Amino acid sequence: MTHSTTEPANFTGAAPKAGPMLAADGRPLKKSLARALRRQKLRALMLVAPLLIFVLVTFIAPIADMLFRSVENQIVSETLPETVMALQEWNGESDIPDAAYDAIYFDLFTAAEAKQHTRLGTRLNYEQTGISSLFRTSGRQLDDIGDDVHDALEDINPAWDEPAPWYQMMNAGDRPVDTALLDTKMFDMRALTGEVLEGDLGFAPAREVSDLLPRTAAAYTSWAIYTALVDGDIVAEEDPWESVFAALASDLQSGADVSGYSGPGADMLAEAAANLDALPAVDFRNVMVGIDEDWGALENWQTIKLYSPDYTPGYFLNSVDMQNGIDGAQMRPENERIYITLFIRTLYLSLVITGSCILLSYPVAFLLSNLPARSANLLMILVLLPFWTSLLVRTSAWKVMLQQQGVINDVLVWLGLVADDSRLVMINNQTGTIIAMTHILLPFMILPMYSVMSTIPPYYVRAAKSLGATNWTAFWRVYFPQSIPGIGAGSILVFILAIGYYITPEIVGGTKGVFISNRIAYHISSSLNWGLAAALGTILLAVVLILYWAYDRIVGIDNVKLG
Amino acid sequence: MKLTKTLFATTALTVAAGLAHAESHGMMADSMTLVSWGGAYQASQDKAYAQPYLEMHEGLTISWDESSNEAVAKLRAMNEAGNITWDLVDVVASDAIRLCDEGLAMEYDPEELLAEGDDGSSAEDDFGELIVSDCFIPQIVYSTTFGYRTDMVPEGVDAPSEICSVFDLETYPGKRALEKRPINNMEWALLCDGVAKEDVYDVLATDEGQQQALDKLATIKDDVIWWSAGADTPQLLADGEIFMGSTYNGRLFSVIEEQDQPVAMMWDAQVFDLDGWIIPTGLDDAALARVKDFVKFATDTQRLADQAKYISYGPARASSAPLVGQHAELGIEMAPHMPTDPNNAKNTFLYNYEFWADYRDDIDAKFQAWLAQ
Repeated sequence: MTHSTTEPANFTGAAPKAGPMLAADGRPLKKSLARALRRQKLRALMLVAPLLIFVLVTFIAPIADMLFRSVENQIVSETLPETVMALQEWNGESDIPDAAYDAIYFDLFTAAEAKQHTRLGTRLNYEQTGISSLFRTSGRQLDDIGDDVHDALEDINPAWDEPAPWYQMMNAGDRPVDTALLDTKMFDMRALTGEVLEGDLGFAPAREVSDLLPRTAAAYTSWAIYTALVDGDIVAEEDPWESVFAALASDLQSGADVSGYSGPGADMLAEAAANLDALPAVDFRNVMVGIDEDWGALENWQTIKLYSPDYTPGYFLNSVDMQNGIDGAQMRPENERIYITLFIRTLYLSLVITGSCILLSYPVAFLLSNLPARSANLLMILVLLPFWTSLLVRTSAWKVMLQQQGVINDVLVWLGLVADDSRLVMINNQTGTIIAMTHILLPFMILPMYSVMSTIPPYYVRAAKSLGATNWTAFWRVYFPQSIPGIGAGSILVFILAIGYYITPEIVGGTKGVFISNRIAYHISSSLNWGLAAALGTILLAVVLILYWAYDRIVGIDNVKLG
Repeated sequence: MKLTKTLFATTALTVAAGLAHAESHGMMADSMTLVSWGGAYQASQDKAYAQPYLEMHEGLTISWDESSNEAVAKLRAMNEAGNITWDLVDVVASDAIRLCDEGLAMEYDPEELLAEGDDGSSAEDDFGELIVSDCFIPQIVYSTTFGYRTDMVPEGVDAPSEICSVFDLETYPGKRALEKRPINNMEWALLCDGVAKEDVYDVLATDEGQQQALDKLATIKDDVIWWSAGADTPQLLADGEIFMGSTYNGRLFSVIEEQDQPVAMMWDAQVFDLDGWIIPTGLDDAALARVKDFVKFATDTQRLADQAKYISYGPARASSAPLVGQHAELGIEMAPHMPTDPNNAKNTFLYNYEFWADYRDDIDAKFQAWLAQ
């Protein structure tokens, strides 16, 4: 850069006075050059742009998104916003606060209407067994208490069964609006449904009502938002959720003084307040424990509290056999530990497979690069042929070969090398995995080795021999060192492929020959615990990167050649 | 941003075009993607429901996607991407419950969506308790049960006829094949460890009970080959690798009757499970109308009975049972091969969906840790 900026200056012979040097068109030379360079860079970028965008969109972005799931945990605070707030003060040991029961009734009711509560149940069931059905069955029964209140209110005054009086009472109209309540509920509903929720609500909560009957106003507002913006109905014409009735009973019973209220529906409220005895007692602790006694259990509330932050280390702890507890992270009980064993086993087996691939491939690659072209081509086809066959077919073929009633055992028994009743066990264990995967990954070792070996000039070995080296010395001191870059390239390729394999180990590995990837696949497609799968995958990726880095430091990545 | 807009616009265009097209066909889409399990089961569905339906509706195309065993994960991914490409998905009941829980499957009203039984019973009564979830449209009852090689029964010993022979290595030496998951295996283990049938799930809900079941399984662990695909046990039986193994009853039927292997059914303590359709949420009106029309046809009394001509799974409608006839190619009576036949169903379990929805993750972790030891 500096060189090129000074050179034209000398060329044009511009006076060495102050001020920028100018190019032929009168612009400052520096700028002009920078522009040309930028244009060049841009052109280069445009040329690679299709590939770059393709890689970004189809590879980097999904992987980043998937890995991000390993810490993501907004689902709890999005589904149970009030409950999470109510539990903030709770220490996790003492009695569960009343406010938490109040909050979870309404949170769960709204979530059940939006059909989001069971999703959260599934999520929390990963951490605490039983929450899944607790949420599912509770979701069905939350209506009951509201129904009772609804009936009782209707007996007092049939107008409670009409949508219009409710609307007139709750809607602000000319009265001041409780914008804080409206904003909170809008925010919560957007988070819960994951939708933008735009449009005309046709409702605003009156502040005097929300001051007087806070639970009722909150429940009615949630309902109104859902009715207008999710269902697309008109608030004034629909019957409110049963939670609104339960809220009203609860507000009245906790001592709301309606005598000073003179807005719409004042008569109905006064009438209801006068007939409090006729309403069923609404205490949300009793309601929830009545629905399922597990709502009284400390563990369930601890789990909700523990997993209420938006980001959690829980999945990573799980993937190293630990668990998140109210007293901090600790090891899982002995009989539930599995992932560390699997990580170690995956690394160990991948190393063994890489090693056996090196041993088997070297002679083949050597032969390939030293045979005359015709026979080499034939041999090459033999190497590549299995490569073109379906992975499943090759793996299943190994099953036929290796099983106890299989080809190899039959031959051994026929030859009399093995007794019929003590046939070798070569499959559904680590041996099976090593044999099948070595075979499947062999071409990935042979090909880089071959391409490196075929560039080694034959006269080096000849020269060594003519100087008196034995065959072995010539090979070991002259040929072998030159073939090492091929071994390096093949090893990296095979090892990294092996570490992520799961189909072959699943079929031939039994219980002792399966890899960590099998668990990742299980959590992706069967248990749907994508967070845990992402955490396991992230760890695996990190391990591979560390090993790659170590390889670079020890062997040097410059010493790897693919040809 | 621009890309999103373009994508959005093209999607909108496609949808609009699709809708316009649908309108000309009475608001029903003229193509449908059904998802099933592949193999003999999908073939039975194709012959019993899809082909007859195609004959009735000219211009309709039905394509099959063999993705049922990962339907839950794929539907979740499709839903997150906002692009549902399936119209009707065949899943087992436990997956239907999970899809319903996740909001990925549509809730339906049996009286509205399903046809009345041929005997005049309402759809809800005809399917009865088999509608285990608000989203689940039952098709068949199948069972997971044991088959054994008749030529490997030791001399002078009766053929195994009860579940506990699986755990009896002295009388019945040889390898067994069990599924590589806790479901069913834990129940069988407890049952053969002296736990009464009605107490099995209470016991299994406790840590001690889970350990008890694993301890019982440990007594045969060295002789077990763990399978993960339904085709494994039939292959192992046919090759003589194992003496007995668990798998789906339809697979055993095909080993015994279609491939003529020396294998017999045990039936004892078979575990009933259900398979059926779910309709994904978020279908557009035309697609939904088509799917509803198809489902009404495909789950009526005659169609469910017809399916039993091709595979030995029991129809989910009570009214279909009397109509079950002969196998379409072999010409044998199918009724005695149904898991629900009174002779086969003397001692049965029904998959406990509620229990396993809760305990699946927990017990699976313990089970896999135990396997890896």
